[in-house]
Order: sequence, then C-alpha cells, then structure tokens
Amino acid sequence: MKIGVLALQGSFAEHLVALKKLTVDTTEVRLPEHLDGLDGLIIPGGESTTMGKLAVAYNLLDAMKTFGQRRPIWGTCAGAILLSKNVSRDQPLLGLMDIKVRRNAFGRQVDSFEIDLDIPELKQATGAQEDYHAVFIRAPIIESVGEGVKILASLPDGRIVAARQGRLLATSFHPELTNDTRFHEYFLTLVD
Amino acid sequence: MDAKKSTWTEKKGLAQMLKGGVIMDVVNVEHAKIAEDAGACAVMALERVPADIRADGGVARMSDPDMILKIMDAVTIPVMAKCRIGHFVEAQILEAVGVDYIDESEVLTPADEANHILKHNFNVPFVCGCRNLGEALRRVGEGAAMIRTKGEAGTGDVVEAVRHARTVLGDIRKLTAMADEELMRYSKEIGAPYELVKETKELGRMPVVNFAAGGVATPADAALMMQLGVDGVFVGSGIFKSGDPAKRASAIVKAVTHYQDASILAEVSKNLGEAMVGRNVSQMPEAEKMAGRGW
Repeated sequence: MKIGVLALQGSFAEHLVALKKLTVDTTEVRLPEHLDGLDGLIIPGGESTTMGKLAVAYNLLDAMKTFGQRRPIWGTCAGAILLSKNVSRDQPLLGLMDIKVRRNAFGRQVDSFEIDLDIPELKQATGAQEDYHAVFIRAPIIESVGEGVKILASLPDGRIVAARQGRLLATSFHPELTNDTRFHEYFLTLVD
Repeated sequence: MDAKKSTWTEKKGLAQMLKGGVIMDVVNVEHAKIAEDAGACAVMALERVPADIRADGGVARMSDPDMILKIMDAVTIPVMAKCRIGHFVEAQILEAVGVDYIDESEVLTPADEANHILKHNFNVPFVCGCRNLGEALRRVGEGAAMIRTKGEAGTGDVVEAVRHARTVLGDIRKLTAMADEELMRYSKEIGAPYELVKETKELGRMPVVNFAAGGVATPADAALMMQLGVDGVFVGSGIFKSGDPAKRASAIVKAVTHYQDASILAEVSKNLGEAMVGRNVSQMPEAEKMAGRGW
C-alpha cells in the first residue's frame, strides 16, 4: 500500500510522520505524475487558496478529481475545503464531496481551539474507546451534507466537523498535529 | 468537553499550516489581494515595506490599526502585523485588533534595548527573528511559536539570510552530535534555555516552525533558502518594489513549492521584469543594519 500526501503547501510533513508510524509507504505529491501507483491521497492542512492556485498551475486539480473518482482521498481542514462542492466563494475546488463548507467559521486565530470529540465510527474501526482529541486552527465547518454523506463527528453545539462519502473523508480538524494516529488508521481502512 | 484556546499546540499549529508557503509584506488592500491571488499563505500588514523604512529614516512603529483591519477584511488568508521589540503595548493593541500572528520585529525601531516581550502572556502567537540557535531559543523561551531568520530586511541582498540560516541549521547539526552531558555547557555558551536545547537535540530540528526572511528578492533566492532547510519564506520589499509584483509573487510561490525542481525554477524565473534595486549589505555601514537589533 502506498499513500501520497499533497505537498504543495501546509502540514504535509506531519501527515507523512503519522503514516510512517503506521509503517505505510508514502510519497509527496506536487505534480500529476506523482499520483501514479498510489492507493490513496491525503490533502493536508494549510491555505486552501494557495494549494488550489498551485494545483491549477500544474494540472494537478483535474488529475486529483480523476484520482478521487476511483481512490480514497482524505482532506484535513484546507483539504476538506478542497474536497467540497461549495465554499460560498470563487476558488479552485475538487468538488468531489457533496458537502457545503464555510471557511474560517470560528473567527480568527485567537478563536482556534482544542476539544475532545466522541466519534463512534472511529471507536468502532480502531477498537480504542477513548474520545478523540481534535485540534482546530482557523477551522472550517461543514454547513450541510448531501445524500450519501455520513456525518462522523459534530461539536457539542451540533456543527458538523467530520464526514465521509464512500471513500472520501473530510475533517475540519488536524489529526496530523497530535500523536493519536487513529484517524490515519481509519483512513487506511478505506483503502483497498 | 470544554474547548481550550490559545494553547501552545494552537500557537505552534498555525505556523505548521504556513509551512511550504510564502508570507508577503503588503501595505494596502490592493497589495493584499495581489498577494492572495498569487498564492501567498499569509500576509504581513505594515505601513511601509523595509526598503522604504530604510529610505525614510526616523522611528518606525506599529502600523495604524485601521489599515490592518482593512487588510483583514480584504483577504481570507491569515494576517500578521509587526510590533517593536519589547513594545508589549503595541502587541496588546495588535491582539485586540485580532491579527492572527504578531512579528516582534527588528525592522521597526526597538522600544526596549534589553528585553523582548514576554510572549507567553498573550493569546495571539508571535514570530521573532534570529541570527543563530541561541537567539532563536531565547525567543522560543519567551513564547515565540515561530522563528524566522533576520537576514537584512529591505536590501534585496540574500547574503545575510543565508548566513543566519546556515548558522542556525549548522548549530542544530552540531547539537545533535553532542553527548547529553555537554548540553548544559552548550546552553550556557549560546545563552539558551537548557530544556529547549535538550528538546532541539531530541527533535533534530528547531522546536517551532522556522522560516527564512530578510533580503529574498527572486524565485531562486526563495528556493535557495528552502534547499538550505527552512520551512518557508517571508518576502518583504522584494515583491512590491519590483517591476511586476503579481508575476513575481506568483513565481516565488511556485519556487517555494517546487524548490527542488530546477526546470520549474527556470520556467518561473523567466521574464519577471525588474527585480528590486537592492543594496549590497557588505558595503552598508553597521549603523544602518537592522539584524543587530534584538538581545
């Protein structure tokens, strides 16, 4: 199994560290040909406008769209934004997941937060029963989901922060910033 | 299920999201939009770029909060702003304005010639400049959640940024080869907190994100800093003091992502127009240099 991490900008090194802990083969993806032979792709946190611009410039946006029709993709924060169909503003998106996302939904950096989340599907998939400690940084929320999208996690006030549509996974928060690799393990269960 | 804000993880974490990116100095809304469209991962809002601060002389201070707020309204990417070294009230004002990161910067005229701001006292994260590992870890000890080289701002001469990056990264390479019992003596020698020296050795890298800054003017300069081993690049005067800012900004963003791909670097370096005029640091009087500010 070989998993690529989009390495245009952002927290790609952190995702690579988590995958290596799980002894998975990894590669950095900067150009379309880097997707060849991959079993799955992670789009990291960072700035979605920066990644979108760089993906368009080197024909990677279309290549990732095609990749995501057959293979799993997981987007964290900026990655979740790129996976979505709608962010209520004009910027390059993959549009693979039927979710509507609002960027910077909690305000500015001083409003960023950490919180423990109860994520039943994660507990079921990994067998570990502890709550999941989630780190949100200038985070987006998933405002609404279409048919066929399963909500995986919500905040105590009900706002959606993780969802899955088939083999596509979106999280508002950053599992790559903690030492808990359960979300990476969960993503690997979506890979053939 | 109580939420915790402004933790060390949160402060360091935003810098981790900026890695592999370019942070651009902007002086108005128009510049900020050009920077965002070019793919900047954040902007630094300030009234004058360092080249103009040099040309104008006098005391350089925090920018007008109204101007910073207008830039915050105009872009969706993080907005940083600078306060003077040791001027914790300017920092309090910037925190109240709501900027995402504060740069306690040697580019402005220092307000305190002995002490930096105790940055742990703030909810907003800080970035600080350094010339070597000791200076970097003193700033982290005070609470800086991100570090950058000082370079020599506003010159368009990358030589000082190279010197500072090579020094910091070389210091870390030396540290990782030291025996544990040598760390206390080394901490004393470089004037850095022992615990952070120990952590740096264990990690084999700076305990916070480490960018290059000060004199980067071309895509090749930016890729040079990345190949030396920094996590990302600040570009100050280099973009908006050049002939075609939008094109140069976009080229530098691409150069930082594809820093190891010489054919892409060649492509993006074509037809960028005039680079900023620049000043040769080796011929500059000591009194005009900014990098010596900071303690």
